[in-house]
Amino acid sequence: MFTDFDFGVVLTSLPYLFGTGMVFTLTLTALAASGGIILGTIIAMMRLSGITALALPAKIYVNFMRSLPLVLVIFWFYFLVPYIGQWMTGASRPISVGAFTSALVTFTLFEAAFFSEIMRAGIQAIPKGQTAAAQAIGLTYGQTMRTVILPQAFRNMLPLLLTQTIVLFQDTSLVYVISLTDFLGAASKVAQRDGRLVEMYLFAAAVYLVICITASTLVRRLQRRVAIIR
Amino acid sequence: MSAIDPQASGKPMIAIDNISKWYGPVQVLNGCTTQVTKGEVVVVCGPSGSGKSTLIKTVNALEPIQKGAITVDGIGVQAKGTNLPKLRARVGMVFQHFELFPHLSIIDNLMLGQCKVLGRAKEDAHDRGLKLLGRVGLSAHSHKYPGQLSGGQQQRVAIARALSMNPIVMLFDEPTSALDPEMVGEVLDVMIELAREGMTMMVVTHEMGFARKVANRVVFMDRGEIVEDATKDDFFDKPRSERAQTFLSKILAH
Repeated sequence: MFTDFDFGVVLTSLPYLFGTGMVFTLTLTALAASGGIILGTIIAMMRLSGITALALPAKIYVNFMRSLPLVLVIFWFYFLVPYIGQWMTGASRPISVGAFTSALVTFTLFEAAFFSEIMRAGIQAIPKGQTAAAQAIGLTYGQTMRTVILPQAFRNMLPLLLTQTIVLFQDTSLVYVISLTDFLGAASKVAQRDGRLVEMYLFAAAVYLVICITASTLVRRLQRRVAIIR
Repeated sequence: MSAIDPQASGKPMIAIDNISKWYGPVQVLNGCTTQVTKGEVVVVCGPSGSGKSTLIKTVNALEPIQKGAITVDGIGVQAKGTNLPKLRARVGMVFQHFELFPHLSIIDNLMLGQCKVLGRAKEDAHDRGLKLLGRVGLSAHSHKYPGQLSGGQQQRVAIARALSMNPIVMLFDEPTSALDPEMVGEVLDVMIELAREGMTMMVVTHEMGFARKVANRVVFMDRGEIVEDATKDDFFDKPRSERAQTFLSKILAH
């Protein structure tokens, strides 16, 4: 049965698959991961602040986001964000934000919940004495966080943060539900058009595999380089 | 430093006035009162769990108190308008477990507070840092990381880091308790030198040899209370309380 396969379709569609699909996937992954880590760190600090007015909303947010399927959140934001925009700007009709912006906002908010749990563990793992020492030389809370606690937490948590980013990289393929074309979407389109489903999906799987294994290897190397000498 | 100035010499640098502290229902400090005068070295000792580490940490508000008041150089530690970071910057503290910042090199450990808190220029902070490292005998290690140094070396760096802020008083919280025995001496030597230079010091320690050498007064604590607050000679030669006598006989036996 394998004699019927024609992998030539892969070759001819390469420019489209990578030039359009992969560029989209990588852009969305990079932007959402950056935004998610920044927002997640802020949420983690809120949860650890010991101030109920900050900790409780952060806790609810994280638990809420983590209990929803990502596809649902993508849909939800796609239809909701225009109305939130309208409400915030006071415009007369829903603001059109475009599918990409909507997806970016969704992934950033969704991933922030996961990144915040990683950062929370990272911050909690830093001995209390470090905070005491930083405060004892006169650093403010903000300075203590920025110069002493977070740099150590980031270093310790780097493997987990990047592993979560690799998961995000795979999850971005869900944008097909709002008609965006990522790498998998592009492969899917070509597959349907040319009737080469097996070839295209095998190729797509191979590409994801290669990228993820390469990224994991790089994460391990990076981890060794930035590790704190103890 | 002019020890002749009559106003300065009699003025308490640290005044601890009838303070109490609870962890939930457990009282860990009970009506403690003592002071440290400018230029004085006060050793705080007592059995473990007696509250001595907690007491010293209340001085720069690392531990809050529920009753009483503490002033440092006339400034109320618990007072509403007090700028705590500013006050802490003037009070050097050395911890049992060194607490150097492991992600920063030795020289960066010494520069952080100078640059961020005192606003010193980098070159200036760097020069002062190197000078202090020289003083504790570690000039050659400025670009290493804390994890590459021995415990004794790390504690000497920690002392240098505290000194880099030009503190008016130094607090030591069991500075040699976490050290291997052969490293205790090198840290005590730095502290003795500091005391002889006239630094005002409050030291929680079991090192009675250190107390005998440089302490002016000894504060003995047990079960959250200050049981004895005496001059060094009185404390070692004729301790009044039974608890202090027992403690001394135990600690001096070996």
